[in-house]
Amino acid sequence: MPDPNPILSGRGVGFVASGRRLVTDASLELAGGTTTILIGPNGAGKSTLLKLLTGEIKPAGGEIRIAGELLAAIPAWRLACLRAVMPQHARLAFPFSVYEVASLGVDGIGRALTRQRREAIVAESLAAAGVIDLAGRRYQTLSGGEQQRVQFARVLCQLEAGRSVAERQVLFLDEPIASLDLCHQLALLDMARSIAARGVGVLIVLHDLNLAVTYADHLVVMDQGRIIAQGPPAETLDDALLRQVFKVDLTLSRAPAPGLPFLLPQQHRARPAA
Amino acid sequence: MTLAAPSPTMATTTLTTLIAGRRRTGLLAVVGLTLACLLLTIVAVGQGAISIAPGRVAEILMARLSGDTNLLEGRDVLVVLNIRLPRVLLGLLVGAGLAVSGALMQGLFRNPLADPGLVGVSSGAGLAAAATIVLGDRFLAGTMMKLPFAALPVGAFCGGLITTLALYLIATRGGRTSVATMLLAGVALGAMAGALTGLLSFISDDRQLRDLTFWSLGSLGGASWTKLSVVAPIILPLLLLMPLLARGLNGLMLGEAEAYHLGIPVQRIKALAILLVALAVGASVAAAGMVGFVGIVVPHLIRLSVGPDHRLLLPLSALGGAMLLVGADIVARLIVVPAELPIGIVTATIGAPFFLWLLLRRTSLIDA
Repeated sequence: MPDPNPILSGRGVGFVASGRRLVTDASLELAGGTTTILIGPNGAGKSTLLKLLTGEIKPAGGEIRIAGELLAAIPAWRLACLRAVMPQHARLAFPFSVYEVASLGVDGIGRALTRQRREAIVAESLAAAGVIDLAGRRYQTLSGGEQQRVQFARVLCQLEAGRSVAERQVLFLDEPIASLDLCHQLALLDMARSIAARGVGVLIVLHDLNLAVTYADHLVVMDQGRIIAQGPPAETLDDALLRQVFKVDLTLSRAPAPGLPFLLPQQHRARPAA
Repeated sequence: MTLAAPSPTMATTTLTTLIAGRRRTGLLAVVGLTLACLLLTIVAVGQGAISIAPGRVAEILMARLSGDTNLLEGRDVLVVLNIRLPRVLLGLLVGAGLAVSGALMQGLFRNPLADPGLVGVSSGAGLAAAATIVLGDRFLAGTMMKLPFAALPVGAFCGGLITTLALYLIATRGGRTSVATMLLAGVALGAMAGALTGLLSFISDDRQLRDLTFWSLGSLGGASWTKLSVVAPIILPLLLLMPLLARGLNGLMLGEAEAYHLGIPVQRIKALAILLVALAVGASVAAAGMVGFVGIVVPHLIRLSVGPDHRLLLPLSALGGAMLLVGADIVARLIVVPAELPIGIVTATIGAPFFLWLLLRRTSLIDA
């Protein structure tokens, strides 16, 4: 159902880079308290759309508002209180410790907080992301999955520090589970949903369609720079869309309990080669 | 994600210990280096052709500070106050400026190899300074008469700024700074500046040539209170304003986009850092000539001992750089008494092997 007062809204957003239209006429809304998942094949424009919505790049057309304000008019530090972004992968130039990396989330915007409060936020976030035991380790010596969880802890820190300034917040996660094992994939997505339950608008870019369908309140499908479908996952994903967008000839099934669609890649292997 | 955190209470205790340990190390390092720096300053003022005991140096300095003129008599007082003290202070200032400039550039370029000397910024400042020495008499005659000490720092500053900006523009495409491009462009810019400096020495007269040679090897020899009063206002802004940059540089370690997400005014931080580095390097080059490797050796040693957090790295680099240069100056003054070795020779003798060791120790310095 449409939210009369969305936390983030994009209308007719477009972006052009060196003559190529990477995002065309994209409109979407993030409602507080919901998880929106953005799916689409490689090169569909998901990352570009995310960069537009986080303010990292300026749209060539359309307008984006966060909490009613024009995104372009919000200064960087206040924007940092309104939204946190977890990148696909972040490499560090120097040997910072895990604790220091997570602290970056509160060092900037948390300056008004007491030192005790800042340290407590970092400790809670490290614990929530399951990396508190790594706190003294150097970030560079961690595995890809562990690094991803540390970045998640940093983003949690920023969200918590920003909460003292901004009541309504947005969380962007760009392929946050790409390097995680199944246990941590589910744990991170559970966590994202519980953040949404607090009233935050959450936008996640995912590749795993089964997980996307399971965790999304609202599913957004992109292809060739356009949003071609969006809505509740059960009604948005169908066999025609799978064929058209993802170029796979699979038949969706319905999971027994919540009635959500799911797909089995085994079908693909079982089918005789054409 | 509670399932992944086994025993939160125990882990939190460990974390508290960790944070306390970090703070203690930082405090110890700052206090220790400050004391060592003071001590070295007093020793350095006593060293030279006329040797003065550290106790006597301290006595003279205390007397000067308290305005007690009774104690301020004798040849050693003159040597301390008029010759050695400005020289040591200049060494402290230039050393601190060069080391912090190195740390800032490394943070800005996200690479431990970036150093004003290595990427051609010093050469650019040097070229401009050489141009001031050689061409100044002809084109700036009027100004040079009025401001004999200001023309060189201002010239060197402009040279440093232009080179830094050129480097940044060449190496940055679409907001991303390529480190490989930066290093290669730095080599090219350095070579170009070197060639032009060579050309200037070719057309210079004997007096100018002697100035140029002495100055291109680096020396604190010409220090005086006047020189100090010109150089200090140009280097001090870097040392006073560096705390403003520390948080921003920490954020930049994640990447420019991530720093922006954290609310850091990336463009402003970069502009301020570039300006301050150009100022400090320009003034250092003008005052002490080409002194290499301070900017790369010192921050690296500090990172090895207390970690890369710029809130500690920058002030500790300032102290370490000041000590390295004053120490090198002691060596330069004592090793061939009564003559003096150019200080650039001393720092390069220490710095170059250190740099090679750095390369051998770490295999993946250039990719980033």
